Order: sequence, then structure tokens, then C-alpha cells
Amino acid sequence: MTPSSSIDTAGAAPHDEHHDHHPSYLVDGTTIKSWILTVDHKRIGLMFLFFVLLFFLVGGIFALLIRLELLTPGPTIMDAMTYNRTFTLHGLVMIFLFMIPAIPAVFGNFMLPLMLGAKDVAFPRLNLASLYIYLTGAVFMLWGMLNGGLDTGWTFYTPYSTHTTTTVAPVMFGAFIIGFSSIATGINFIVTCHTMRAPGITWFKMPLFVWAIYATSCIQVLATPVIGLLTVLVAVENLFSFGMFDPARGGDPVLFQHLFWFYSHPAVYIMVLPAFGVMSEIVSTYSRKNIFGYRAVAYSSLGIAFVGFFAWGHHMFVSGQSTFDAGVFGVLTMLVGVFTAIKVFNWVGTVYKGAVDFKTPFAYFCGFLFFTVFGGMTGIALGTVSLDVAWHDTYFVVAHFHFIMVGATIMAFLAALHYWFPKMFGRTYHEGWGLVSAALIILGFNATFIPQFLLGNNGMPRRYYDYPERFQALNVASTAGATLLAFGFIIIAMYLTYSLVYGKVAGKNPWRSKGYEWLSESPPPTHNFVGPQPTFPEEPHFYVDPKKAEVPDAV
Amino acid sequence: MQSSAHTADGAANLPRLAGHFASLEVQNHAARLGMWLFLATEILLFAGLFVCYGCYRFLYPEAWAAGSRSLDLTMGTVNTVVLITSSLTAALAVHYAKAGENKKVGVMFVLTLLMAVGFLVIKYFEYAHKFHIGTLPGRYYHYEGIQVTGIPLYFTVYFCSTALHAFHVIIGMAVLSVAMVRAFRKKDFGPNNYTMVELGSMYWHLVDLVWIFLFPMLYLV
Ligand code: HEM
Ligand SMILES: [Cu+2]
Repeated sequence: MTPSSSIDTAGAAPHDEHHDHHPSYLVDGTTIKSWILTVDHKRIGLMFLFFVLLFFLVGGIFALLIRLELLTPGPTIMDAMTYNRTFTLHGLVMIFLFMIPAIPAVFGNFMLPLMLGAKDVAFPRLNLASLYIYLTGAVFMLWGMLNGGLDTGWTFYTPYSTHTTTTVAPVMFGAFIIGFSSIATGINFIVTCHTMRAPGITWFKMPLFVWAIYATSCIQVLATPVIGLLTVLVAVENLFSFGMFDPARGGDPVLFQHLFWFYSHPAVYIMVLPAFGVMSEIVSTYSRKNIFGYRAVAYSSLGIAFVGFFAWGHHMFVSGQSTFDAGVFGVLTMLVGVFTAIKVFNWVGTVYKGAVDFKTPFAYFCGFLFFTVFGGMTGIALGTVSLDVAWHDTYFVVAHFHFIMVGATIMAFLAALHYWFPKMFGRTYHEGWGLVSAALIILGFNATFIPQFLLGNNGMPRRYYDYPERFQALNVASTAGATLLAFGFIIIAMYLTYSLVYGKVAGKNPWRSKGYEWLSESPPPTHNFVGPQPTFPEEPHFYVDPKKAEVPDAV
Repeated sequence: MQSSAHTADGAANLPRLAGHFASLEVQNHAARLGMWLFLATEILLFAGLFVCYGCYRFLYPEAWAAGSRSLDLTMGTVNTVVLITSSLTAALAVHYAKAGENKKVGVMFVLTLLMAVGFLVIKYFEYAHKFHIGTLPGRYYHYEGIQVTGIPLYFTVYFCSTALHAFHVIIGMAVLSVAMVRAFRKKDFGPNNYTMVELGSMYWHLVDLVWIFLFPMLYLV
């Protein structure tokens, strides 16, 4: 690809005010207005980071309340209705306000243009709008939760959700609005990948994180409208009794399940594909090796995105589905496992004979690998109809999706936070504390959810407030694990906040990574690159000799 | 893009290049691609309703037959013609925008908007009639004339889909109004700068297209 002259001149167009010195995006304008009205993708990413963390805290507090309640059989700290509301709020906040935007809206926003050598995303103002749409939806949701709450679970299953007198409508409108934010972000990223790649970045020179975000965006754009419609229909039905999903009025609640999982199964890949992308970056950086099977990793993201659309029926094995349908959905479900396995083997192949630099992000990579493999295998097991009939709606399912969805995503989120911390803030965190807290978190996570696999296998149903005496030991173990997890997060919050101000100044590329984003300053200037638009002759994960990876120069 | 810091000002009819794009060509390409993706999401939004329609039609064929017979075919047909014609004027607006004839662009949009209003007025009469006789969704259904199982559900689907469509009509009108004002007041559309007109019209074609699905589904079959 030869750079055309028009591209060069546009790239060299100077920024009017800051012709000679290029302040970092953090200090280029310090008024409140310069933040809340910014169209800089980096600032928008940072604001997303703030809110995503805030909601993670809220969701985390609800999680601890749930675990505390389940510490002993019978009422422990709340009554049954409060319990139902608590787990609903936990699920809603975690899924819609944390997991879905966590990696794409924060790190996707921040890194994607840098990784493509672009000055910004394709539609900067749409990008800012998506932040405010997200916040509007969050306000609706939280308002509904505080004014009565709702007790349907995050899946809003009908016909219960169309009848309950709790505040279903505002919360579902909130989810609808957040869906628009997700769509806007997705469209923005897709168009950015198509139109804003710097000269030299062909499709197969895009970093794997970009590929993952691209595949995620495709899912967002294709799946979210359907759940958007569905949330509106249920909200309206809850308000006016239209009967669309109410069997008493001739409606079909199973149709709701079909449409719901048509979105929500792919949605689980909205949460986990970006995590896969982060890990592809990290594994090659810290192994000092080119990623093994770049194309396979890139294509398997698209593969997961594709087959993810045909697996929704595995949530409905016990809904009266025909045996034939169940068989088909079972097989389609397992195809997802194939694509995931491709990635896993490639990551392992990358580490093999690499010069591993065991830093905090790499510790998270190890945890991630375990959670993904274990969570994925239990997924295959659940995709087997006969097994699922036994495990359905037990804690086994809860443990499965926490392992794969929460485990993998949290690992990736924390890994990304540490890996890109120097890029975003220009300072490094304390490695010792990083490793300690990573160990705590991985340990705490296992301690929380492995007992839940056992509980489910022994027959403890999910979403129950009470349980027989014989389940108590495992529940106590799980609550203890959750406490450990909470400590891990508190430690991280403390040293990262400290590092923001007192951390060692990082320099351009502290990890000696070959990722394109490290070619710019840390933290980057407002328009990402100083001088003419960079060109990228090398591949993004190109380490010549794993033992002496050099710092790449900007060309 | 007008608020961006970097502008390639110059002769009239030259669009503004936002600083983060490499060239105008790329910028227009991005805008068009973004719009296509957005339209795809809109179609998927309605697709959810189409799925509901299909399922319940399969479950309650008699109710669907009776329901669609009870709709006013004349009004529906007139509305279809009106909307298709308005799509034509919107397309002509793009044609004139490419030629830089701003006044004609404005006039075409005025015509489009008038037809949109006409569409909504007819829809209003249809709705008013249904409110009057009681062919309403769900528990509000109290029309004595048709009593087959599932008929309230037919009207649930009818009202949900036509209301969602009407909502899109209104949004489309807002978009086209902005384009119209810009054509008349600023006269800045021309061979190099017609993206806004083009995208606005694309949206309008979508509104039209959805109706072209809804009309046979609800009124004819
Ligand atoms: C890759 C990321 C994945 C995520 C984020 C994820 C997430 C989830 C979630 C949230 C649920 C529970 C839904 C509910 O509330 O009922 C679930 C259930 C299920 N998952 Fe996964 N999953 C993933 C991967 C897989 C894989 C790879 C498989 C199989 C190959 C799989 C198979 C299943 C099955 C069969 C169920 C239904 C269990 C039941 O409801 O009885 N999942 N998953
Ligand atoms: Cu699923």
C-alpha cells in the first residue's frame, strides 16, 4: 500500500495552537468543559473507565451482599424479596453497565485509533454521544432500581416480568438506551477499521486486539437491535398488558426466550471476545514472540462471532424444545468451543519457547487461560443436552458463566489496565503489589466459584434465598472466596491510585512491546502522533529475536 | 463535521474536512458506511417484530385473516403510494444536490415533508377509528364484531409495528427538515458536498422500505 499524497498532507496538518510543543491529552485543556465536551477518543475512553469502575464497585457491593446472605441457610441479612432484588441488580449492573462496555468502550476507545495510526475514531462526536447515552440509560436503570427495584433476574423472563409490580419498565427502557450506546460504539469502530488505517496497515497487519474489537462490534451491531426491540415490548407490556408474551392473553413466553437469547448468547461474546483480544496482545508482548498463528487467531474471532448467533437454543433445552432442535443447538454450541480452542492453542504456542517476562499482566494471562479453558469445557458439558437437563438453573450454570464470562473478562480487564496503564497515564504501577493482588484475585476467584460447581452438581438451584443445611460448607467457602476477591480489588484500587500521582515515569515503551500503540508518546498527545502520520512497515507482533526484542522506532 | 478545528475553507460548495480524516473521499466513505450499518440495525430492530408477527400468524391464522380484513385497505394503499412518492422526491433531492441546485433540493424536501405529514394524518384517522370501535391491543380490545382467539394479539402486533414505524417517520422528518433548511439558507450543497442530503434520503428510503414490508403483512395477506 503506497501512501497517497493527499494522505500525507492531511496527516501533516498542524494543530493550530500547539505547533511546536505537543502536550499530552491529559493536560491539553484542564477545564471541566474540556473534558465533558471533548471529542478526543482517549479522554472519552478515560471517562468510560471512570464510570465503568464506579458501576463495578456498585455491582461488587451487591455481589458481596448476596454472598453474605447465602452464608447461612434461612434469612441471614435480608428478607427474600430484598434478596431477589439484590441478585437482579447485581446481574443488571454487572452485565449492562460493566461487562459490555468494559473493554471495548474503555480500551477499545483508547487504543484502537492508536493501533491503527489514526488521529481519532471515525465519528468522534458520535463517540462522545455514546458516553452520554450510556449514562442516560444508567440513570434510568438506577432510578428504577432505587424506586422499588425489580425482582425478575437480569434475564427479564416473561410472563413474570410482564406481571410483576416492581419497576420493570424504567429498567428495561434503561437497557434499551444503553443498547444504543453499544450500537453507536460498534458502528464507530467498524467504520474506523475500514477507513482510518494508516498507510501500511493492511487488514492482516492490524493488531489482534483490533481484530477482536472488530468482531465484537459486528456482534454489537447485529444483535443489539433485537434485544432493543424486546426490552421495549416487555416494558410496554408490563405497563399496558398488551399480551405479546403473556400466555393468559395468547402470547408466547418461549418466543421471548428465543429473542432474548438470540441477543444474549452473542452478547456473552461481546463480553469475552475483547478479553481474547487483550490477551493476544499481552501474550506476545511478554513472551517476546510473534503471535503464533496470527491469521488463525484473527479468523477465529470472526468465527466465534458468527457461530455465536446460532447457539442460543442451548439456553432453552428445558423449554419444551424438540429433541431434534436440542441436538442441533447442542452441536452448534460445541462449534464455539472449536474456535475458542484454536485461540487457546495459539496462545500456548506463543508462550512456548518464548522469553517470558512474568509481569502482572502475564500473571493475569495465566489466570485467564485457566478460567477460559475450564469455563469453556464446562460450557461444552452444558451443551450436551442430557447433562444440561440435570444442571440447568443450578449453581453449576452460575459457576460456568462466571468462570468464562466474569473470570476471563475480569482477568483481561485487569491485565489491560496494568498493561496500558503507562500508555494512558505515563507512569508505571508497583510490580510487587501487582503480582500480589493478581495472586489474590485468581485465588479468590477460584475459591468463590469452584464450590459453586460442586453445589450445582449436588443440586442446589440458582436464585434461591434459602437452602438445606447440607449445602452450607460449600456456601461458606464461596463467601470466603468472594471476600478474598474483594481484598484483591481494594489493593489494586489503592496502588493504582497511588501510581497515578507518584508512579515512576514510564517512558514511551516500558514493555519494549512491538504493538503500534507504543509508537506514540506515553501519554499520547491530543492527536496521537507528533508530526506527519506514521506509516507502519512492520507487523504488530513482530519480535525478531525473542531474547533481544528491540524497541521499535517510529518511521 | 462543521465544528472541527481543521477546515479546508475555500470556494463555496466545498465541504469541510474534519481533521482526523485523511481526505474528503475517505470522510464521505466513512459517513456512508456508518449510515449503512445504522440502517442495518434499524432493519434488525423491525426484524424482531417481524419474527413476532410470523410466530403469531402461524399460531392464529384465523385471527390474522380477520384482523387484516378489518383494516381499511384504501387508506393503507393511499398511504403506501404517498410514501413511495415521497421517497422519489427524496431521491430527486440527492440528484439536485449533486448538481448544486440548492433551491430545488429544498423544494424536493418540502414536498417530501408534506407527504410525510399526509401519511401521518391518514394514520391518525386509522388510529382514531380503531380507538373508536375498540380494536385495540391486548386487554384493551373490546370490539364485538370480531371474536376469534388471538385477535387482540393481532392488534398488539399492528399497533406496535405501525407506532414504531410512525416514530421513525417523525425522526426522518426532523432529519429532512434540517437538510431542507440548510439547502435554502446556506446553499452549501454541491457536487463535492451532498453527503448530508444523501444520508438523509437514505434514512427516508428505509422508512419507506419498512412500510413496504408492513403494508402487505398487515393489510394484504
Ligand atoms: C465464551 C464465553 C461464554 C460466556 C460469557 C458464557 C456465558 C453464559 C451465561 C451468562 C450463561 C447463563 C445464562 C442464564 O442466566 O441462564 C451460560 C449458560 C450456558 N452456556 Fe455459556 N458462556 C460462554 C461460553 C460457552 C461455551 C464455549 C459453551 C459451550 C461450548 C457454553 C454453553 C453454555 C450452555 C449450554 C449454557 C446453558 C446452561 C443452562 O442454562 O442450563 N457457553 N453461558
Ligand atoms: Cu449461551
